[in-house]
Amino acid sequence: MINYIIRRLLYVIPVLLGVNILTFVLFFVVNTPDDMARMQLGDKHVTQAAVDNWKQQRGYHLPLLWNAQEAGLKKASNTIFFNKSVGLFVFDLGISDSGRDIVADITQRMWPSLAIAIPSLIFGVLANITFALLLIFYRSSALEFAGLFLCIALMSISGLFYIIAGQYFIGKLLALTPISGYAPGIDAFKFILLPVFIGVISGLGAGVRWYRTLFLEEAAKDYVRTARAKGLSELQVLFQHVLKNAMIPILTGIVVILPLLFMGSLITESFFGIPGLGSYTIDAISSQDFAIVRSMVFLGSFLYIIGLLMTDISYTLVDPRVRLN
Amino acid sequence: MIKKLKASSFLFLLLFISACTDRALNNPYVDEEGDNKVIYASFSERPKHLDPAKAYSSNEYAIIAQIYEPLFQYHYLKRPYQLEPLLAASMPTVRYFDKDNNPLPNNALKEDIAYSEYLLTIKAASKFQPHPSFNIKNHKQLPKDWDAVSIYDLPLATRELTADDFIYQIKRLADPATQSPIAGLMGNYIVGFSEYAKRQGALKKQRPALSTSERLHAKEMFGVQKLDKQRFTIRVKGKYPQFINWLAMPFFAPMPWEADAFYANSLLVSKNISLDWYPVGTGPYFLAENNPNRRMVLLKNPNFHLEYYPSEADQAAREQGLLEDAGKKLPLTDKVIFSLEKENIPYWNKFLQGYYDASGVSSDSFDQAVTFSAEGDIGLSQSMIERGIGLQTAVTTSSYYFGFNMLDKVVGGYSDKAKKLRQAISIAMDFEEYISIFQNGRGVPAKGIIPPGIFGHVDGKLGINPIVYTWDDGLVRRPIDQAQQLLAEAGYEKGIDPATGKPLVLYFDTMDSGPDSKARLNWLRKQFNKINIQLVIRGTDYNRFQEKMRGGRAQMFMWGWNADYPDPENFLFLLYGKNAKSIHGGENAANYQNAEFDVLFEKMSTMANTAERQAIINKMVTIARQDAPWLWGFHPKAFSLHHAWYKNANPNLMANNKTKYINIDNKLRVIYQAKWNKPTYWPLILVALFIACLLLPAYLIYRRIERATAL
Repeated sequence: MINYIIRRLLYVIPVLLGVNILTFVLFFVVNTPDDMARMQLGDKHVTQAAVDNWKQQRGYHLPLLWNAQEAGLKKASNTIFFNKSVGLFVFDLGISDSGRDIVADITQRMWPSLAIAIPSLIFGVLANITFALLLIFYRSSALEFAGLFLCIALMSISGLFYIIAGQYFIGKLLALTPISGYAPGIDAFKFILLPVFIGVISGLGAGVRWYRTLFLEEAAKDYVRTARAKGLSELQVLFQHVLKNAMIPILTGIVVILPLLFMGSLITESFFGIPGLGSYTIDAISSQDFAIVRSMVFLGSFLYIIGLLMTDISYTLVDPRVRLN
Repeated sequence: MIKKLKASSFLFLLLFISACTDRALNNPYVDEEGDNKVIYASFSERPKHLDPAKAYSSNEYAIIAQIYEPLFQYHYLKRPYQLEPLLAASMPTVRYFDKDNNPLPNNALKEDIAYSEYLLTIKAASKFQPHPSFNIKNHKQLPKDWDAVSIYDLPLATRELTADDFIYQIKRLADPATQSPIAGLMGNYIVGFSEYAKRQGALKKQRPALSTSERLHAKEMFGVQKLDKQRFTIRVKGKYPQFINWLAMPFFAPMPWEADAFYANSLLVSKNISLDWYPVGTGPYFLAENNPNRRMVLLKNPNFHLEYYPSEADQAAREQGLLEDAGKKLPLTDKVIFSLEKENIPYWNKFLQGYYDASGVSSDSFDQAVTFSAEGDIGLSQSMIERGIGLQTAVTTSSYYFGFNMLDKVVGGYSDKAKKLRQAISIAMDFEEYISIFQNGRGVPAKGIIPPGIFGHVDGKLGINPIVYTWDDGLVRRPIDQAQQLLAEAGYEKGIDPATGKPLVLYFDTMDSGPDSKARLNWLRKQFNKINIQLVIRGTDYNRFQEKMRGGRAQMFMWGWNADYPDPENFLFLLYGKNAKSIHGGENAANYQNAEFDVLFEKMSTMANTAERQAIINKMVTIARQDAPWLWGFHPKAFSLHHAWYKNANPNLMANNKTKYINIDNKLRVIYQAKWNKPTYWPLILVALFIACLLLPAYLIYRRIERATAL
């Protein structure tokens, strides 16, 4: 298994290089270094000299990918791409174009994102699995029909509506939680209650239907009939046998997103005033801050690959038949 | 089992009942403020810069103008806008010199004046806020036990403000490493500014090991001279009376060299603790907490110099009771909390709960907050009145206009035909309707380039734009057949382009091409359709649009301008030929060039606000109206709401340092907040009962399934 992990980690290098080149090309197709300078310097009274000065200070005066005026290796190394991208491979994310340390920003902003994302994921998965198993339990009854109808209804409503309605009813009319805001430490509790609750509810419809499909497939297998024949109660059959055997697809969906949880959610964080990472990349794109865009895309790709690897490893833990080699 | 269930249910019920309290559970602030007077405000996006040499947008000024103080400020309660000393002991003395450096009398001709010299004297005994940078030990090494959370945990100190601090800041403005947005502009005015910038650039290359403060101290700027500890002079090229307005902006706030030396520490750099984020000022507040992703907290500066709430006001301010706090020591509050609130809906709801003190009126909440009477008067809705909320409106010192590229072959040029085409479009484009549909009535149609509140603006019958309006006890837009007549005279009979035999096609360049802009763009098309001109929308992104404008490749566009200072020069220069955007890189986006207008502009720009100046401005406005390089568009109207406990709010559109004048009635706020935020528990009980009702049939079905036999 160690060999497998090392081999998979080595695959990461060409993938990340490709992602880096693609990000670089896409970004600079839309924005030139002059555009970036003008965006940072503002709209009023900006002279070409100020633009040139900005580019010089931040290394954007160099050619993008190939410096024909240099000799030897410097043709490739004395370029914007080389100077801005090589550091990423040793996780040196550098300084944003607005002059802030990117690692410090990420370290500061990831905790509020995690404070929302982890409980949302845990309670969301627990609620989804429980309700899905209950639907299986009540299958072919009016309750299952009502449950499925509710799921479709929940799925049909926009996520934004849950947020606005939740803030209005729970935060404003009932005055039970703050409408938005955040505080560090133990004080965070009252601020995360509403976003977590809304996160769980808004994901319930799709989640329950997805897990129900998985469990239905398992429930039709022979070992389930055997378990029933042994005299186990229906709840024992579902929660002890069906759930355990449906773990592989469940893990596929969950483990892969674990490393990405700290990246946050754009809409939830915007509406609830959570100082997380959710809007970090979008804000950087709109302010044409390439240093942040390339760092976040790099980090996102790396974590996704790590998530996939963790998923593979987790298979061996839940299913002894799976071997990685 | 049943007993356990009963016991746990009872326990849960007990906990629930004991948790039910009348105290507000939805308070988004966790700090206990006691008797502190606190202003609760918000910001919607992270400010880019808090360094006064770099900051140039309103969201940045909302914070730094409370921390940094320039030499002058705009009187809070007097109109028209009037400058008064802030850190200066008095208004400056200005002397003029010829090109041989001989003094000239005050009434010397503009052409003879080679230099103007501003003698500036600063207030004695003003001090900077307590800050670790004034503790020189912190420059070399930070205490090992410092946890790198707040710089205010470090040993603090202060020092007296001197003329050197103003000079240091001017050097920072010129330093290419600072990248100040006004460096290019000031290079045109301050003597020796550009030369200093070049020498700093060279010095940085020659001696890269020098720290910023050492480098800036190593050279002097010829045009800025220290006379003694409290006096210095700034020499400006030619005569430029508007320079004093620049001295009232945060760009010219004093900066201690110690700040640069302190923030150069590598640990601080790695923690994003820099001068750009942790200001060092002399103002009424200092930035105690800076988390631009969550909140920024200003605390009262214990070293703030003596300043009192104004005792004089204009009639309107007196009538509003804005002199109640006259003579009280400023600032009137102890703390200001700016919370990040990106979205309008939660912001508005929290304002209604009393957790924000003031609010603008967004389109979403407009109908809820504001009503129009049958006569068109603006008022508050009943629900706002019941909450004791107050409304203030003010026409902003801004212009939003529709411009023609005067270099364009079809709509540009200065021939009679070209003018008539533009004049025809001016009549067809109904900005009254635009304001009503897209601005919720929040704006006044512009009759010329200068907005109300700025010298040179003429109201009423005398101020109408005769190309577009007539006067009949009020403004009346000319009928569309007059536009059609002008169009025919321009060579486009019934809108038909003789070259093609089809309706004339014109192009509107814009960055707004998404679904949100669809209604606005359709409206524009409709305006052109009135005179049978076909409008083609050329939507593009921000970068390409700016590129088109710089290159003079746009045909028609919409643009805006917000005043830097309350002088007509700051608007009329938008049509000055030497500022043509695609020719000289200036702010004249229409690339308008009229020799007569330019001569008048040069004469008017250095004059005092006299009747003679007004006459010249009137001439310039008439020329521009005839040439019609712009459809004059509208001046937006700002609406702001504030709670009953928020006192002394006054829409001063030029002053950015308004927070120090605001007073808070804490008792009233507590009463209102308690009234509006009583938690309601009964729906929770209802939901619990509903779930229990659902569980009963579920349990019955469960029993049936479990007891069922296979056959």
